[in-house]
Amino acid sequence: MGSAPASIAVIDYGMGNLRSVWQALVHVADDREVVVTSDPAVVAAAGRVVFPGQGAMPDCMRELEARGLRSAVLDAAKNKPFLGICIGLQMLFEHSEEGDVPGLGVFAGSVRHFPAEKMLASEGDRLKVPHMGWNEVAQAQAHPLWKGIADKARFYFVHSYCVDPIDRNCIVGMTDYGIPFTSAVARDNIFAIQCHPEKSAQAGLALLANFIGWKP
Amino acid sequence: MALAKRIIPCLDVTAGRVVKGTNFIDLRDAGDPVEIARRYDEQGADEVTFLDITASSDQRDIILHIIEACAAQVFIPLTVGGGVRVVADVRRLLNAGADKVSMNTSAVDNPDLVAEASAKVGNQCIVVAIDAKQVAPGQWEVFTHGGRKRTGLDVVLWARRVQQLGAGEILLTSMDRDGTKNGFDLPLTRAVSEAVDIPVIASGGVGNLQHLADGVTEGRADAVLAASIFHFGEYTVRQAKEFMRERGIEVRL
Repeated sequence: MGSAPASIAVIDYGMGNLRSVWQALVHVADDREVVVTSDPAVVAAAGRVVFPGQGAMPDCMRELEARGLRSAVLDAAKNKPFLGICIGLQMLFEHSEEGDVPGLGVFAGSVRHFPAEKMLASEGDRLKVPHMGWNEVAQAQAHPLWKGIADKARFYFVHSYCVDPIDRNCIVGMTDYGIPFTSAVARDNIFAIQCHPEKSAQAGLALLANFIGWKP
Repeated sequence: MALAKRIIPCLDVTAGRVVKGTNFIDLRDAGDPVEIARRYDEQGADEVTFLDITASSDQRDIILHIIEACAAQVFIPLTVGGGVRVVADVRRLLNAGADKVSMNTSAVDNPDLVAEASAKVGNQCIVVAIDAKQVAPGQWEVFTHGGRKRTGLDVVLWARRVQQLGAGEILLTSMDRDGTKNGFDLPLTRAVSEAVDIPVIASGGVGNLQHLADGVTEGRADAVLAASIFHFGEYTVRQAKEFMRERGIEVRL
């Protein structure tokens, strides 16, 4: 391990299993070091930061605060390649309906539950929530992280809430599930995505590899 | 453009080996669960499920090493079931690299386990497996212990209950159809799928590709699980998906 700064830090705030994210990054990272850390100093020293999350956003926010990681996340989001995944996307927004909690406010807008009255498929079947499985991500804008990934490639999703950005210019991915919803956003050094690239086979690995090589 | 219906190959594993092996040609080790999982991933499987049927408790940890090895090479969701009795078992499997953990008998014996595990790790990680046998027309009972023990629970009511407890998904197996190759119990699948808001995986009885399609169209399942038709090389996962797509079913290809 040594004392060299970690090239890629996966932020661990005690919510859920980060092994899958770590494994997938290691798989595409060549010889770069990938560490899972809850140490703000390690996050600050890292060249790139991955901000994952699973479970409920109120729990995630609480644990992030409790571990003193809030400012480390905000700093990283200002100045180095930063990848939010799932709840790690949702927490970047101002507010979530889930538990009525504030988020980090990196992006203006809120996180909302899939609207029950819109959860209908074309034949009138009910759509299940959570939205679980492989769905298409339409590339709303070109972005270096989409390099080599087909427009409307399928990624693996598991979530019941989705983000609703106020500034529509940040939207780089859109997905349909009862409603069209924002599945990826980007601005400057930040890219954040609702699905799980670490579980999305070749498309997901390509996105992670693009992140590792990204020079925003 | 819509959510794809999932195809999930299932591997029965005991003491680290896949039961019955497989007929994949050019496979170095037909009993190696990691190599088989990789093969399914290459064929386009949407997830892989391991069912640990190891009988002796001193060999239980072997599954953890398999999951670790698999998670390092296969980047699609992995579900593991079998022998999950306490929340610590759930944690161990997730830490080894499983994405979802399935519980069956232990959920019936101790419904609080579902609630407790779901609260700790999130409902997206918790699958409740239900083994169902028909007891009257349009009525099914939950069985446990691999189908040997009846519980008196109605399958549809139990499915609703586990959703309330915090299950994120239901793996529904028809004991009447399991191993028959006569197709899913479609009325059962439909009854459960329409009774809950969480995804339902149909299981038990697949003998051909039409059965998989029927599980989705008539059974209204969100995903279909099969073992032998894939293991013995009768069909690849890709062939199954092409068959389904020709019938208007959304799949990931």
